[in-house]
Amino acid sequence: MSTTTDLPLVHAVNVTKSFHGNEVLKGIDMDVRKGEVVVLLGPSGSGKTTFLRCINQLETIDGGLIWVDGDLMGYEDRGGTLHRLTDKRIAAQRRDIGMCFQRFNLFPHKTVLENIVEAPVQVKGMSRKEAEVRARDLLEQVGMSDKPSAYPSQLSGGQQQRVAIARALAMDPKLMLFDEPTSALDPELVGEVLKVMRDLAQGGMTMIVVTHEMGFAREVADRVVFMDGGVVVEEGPPSQVITAPQHGRTRAFLSRMRQEEQAHARAVAEVVSAESAALDDAPAEE
Amino acid sequence: MTTPSTTDRPGKIDARPVRHPGRWVAIAVILVIIAMMVSSAVTNPRWDWGFALEVMRQNPVLEGLVKGTLLGTLGSMVIGVALGVVMAVMRLSGNPVLRGVSFAYTWFFRSVPRYVLLATMGSLGYLYPVLDLGVPFGQAAGLTFAQVDVNALSNMLVFGILGLGLSEAAYMAEIARAGILSVDQGQTEAAQALGMSPGRTMWRIVLPQAMRVIVPPTGNETIAMVKDTSLLLAMSITTELFFQTQAIGTRTLKIMPAYVAAVLWYLVVCSILMVGQAWLERYFGRGFGAAPQKAKQELTKIGADH
Ligand SMILES: Nc1ncnc2c1ncn2[C@@H]1O[C@H](COP(=O)(O)OP(=O)(O)OP(=O)(O)O)[C@@H](O)[C@H]1O
Ligand SMILES: [Mg+2]
Repeated sequence: MSTTTDLPLVHAVNVTKSFHGNEVLKGIDMDVRKGEVVVLLGPSGSGKTTFLRCINQLETIDGGLIWVDGDLMGYEDRGGTLHRLTDKRIAAQRRDIGMCFQRFNLFPHKTVLENIVEAPVQVKGMSRKEAEVRARDLLEQVGMSDKPSAYPSQLSGGQQQRVAIARALAMDPKLMLFDEPTSALDPELVGEVLKVMRDLAQGGMTMIVVTHEMGFAREVADRVVFMDGGVVVEEGPPSQVITAPQHGRTRAFLSRMRQEEQAHARAVAEVVSAESAALDDAPAEE
Repeated sequence: MTTPSTTDRPGKIDARPVRHPGRWVAIAVILVIIAMMVSSAVTNPRWDWGFALEVMRQNPVLEGLVKGTLLGTLGSMVIGVALGVVMAVMRLSGNPVLRGVSFAYTWFFRSVPRYVLLATMGSLGYLYPVLDLGVPFGQAAGLTFAQVDVNALSNMLVFGILGLGLSEAAYMAEIARAGILSVDQGQTEAAQALGMSPGRTMWRIVLPQAMRVIVPPTGNETIAMVKDTSLLLAMSITTELFFQTQAIGTRTLKIMPAYVAAVLWYLVVCSILMVGQAWLERYFGRGFGAAPQKAKQELTKIGADH
């Protein structure tokens, strides 16, 4: 599905980042081609979120450089000297990069439609009418066309995340970043969000996705990158990294994930059987 | 212990409610106290309710109410809220100069009592009978743009409104700061990720949500300001409710009924403000589920405290 072009859409070289002397990213290199879907895997604290936030400058990096679609993020190269960009110009660089958060972060004081229309009108100067037409199309695309005037607090987590995806898409991004978009959701709501993301990938969107959903990684990712301790340990197609990992740390992580998945499946099965047992008992009481 | 019967399933609950004998006692005591107050108010001619109502309708009193008290409250709160929000945003900005200015401002105006501030401002004409606005040290070269006659200004309502507003801004800055900090950091990040500039993020996303926290204490500040307009006298501003009623009281030697007239007017104005506050809270609480209802309960509690 990935189209081969000369310049990668995302070109990150030797990215380092510390928080109060604690080095969280220790020289990350990553290229993402246009149309490619990259899944970022790794244990908690390995720096996945931090790296995503560095790409769109929600964090400033200490070392290395990141280009997105040929733009050097956060800096301007004037005759060999780097100059930090103003907040306004960094904001302008972020327009083309959509981001979805673990906790959705919809604007609670705005309706679904207002959430989606906000950035196109305020940032791009699109007319409200035009933006609303586009917003309704996007709501259709994420299966939320029936609730344009609901407030976020009236929606389920899965619905909120789908609106958040529509809100990001309204800026016509070249790149979408997802930070564990389904990990705050009840299990039965995960599928609807993953479906929207799968459709998006099929439509040719370039995506970097942090997720623990192995099924999604296996089916949708063009490439899986495994991070641990602030470095990229291993990367390759999912068939290689997930099915036949080369590295000990990757193997350990994946087997832990598998155990958790199985434990989770067992727990769900137990709940289901307990519930059905209760249902079976119910008529006996009468 | 009774074993629940398996054949007879419990239906609609029909139980005796909990009794509250204490409440009935309290109601009785309160009724007695009210009856005593009413009887004294009716039987003691010195209350002179008729005269109090008369005073409430006098032209100087009405003028004082509208200009000094109402306009004074409105004007000083507009200045206070606007400047206070600016100060709060400055205090939370990344710019150390702005942070410092905001800190110094709140430090000064929170430290000086309002009465003292107004009295001092009223006497500024002693230092600067005429205020020249222009290039520093440029008077000799004729680089003065405007001249203000401070003595003429010092007992004008605008000057009093400015004084109260400057003082209020220091308190509003703290309230607005708490409101801004109460908004989840994820909101700012979501707005930034969409490419919104810091200013637009503050104005469109953070401040509207902060309003939910800012409005209730601002309502209290407004109500307090209605009462603080009586301090305008420190600046020799006499077009103000309390001074005018008091003046009638002293002139007619019916001091108490005149005070009652002032109290009644303050009660009316503050009651209306409380209704307005409840409406604002509902507006800024939209999208936050049950919060407006809770805020309303909070409001009635605050109202009871005062
Ligand atoms: N703002 C911050 N201040 C200080 N430390 C931080 C900050 N953000 C992240 N860290 C630290 O950086 C490390 C990497 O965090 P990060 O959130 O990137 O990990 P992650 O791979 O996304 O983990 P998870 O799977 O739990 O989300 C952690 O040790 C975390 O404590
Ligand atoms: Mg994370």
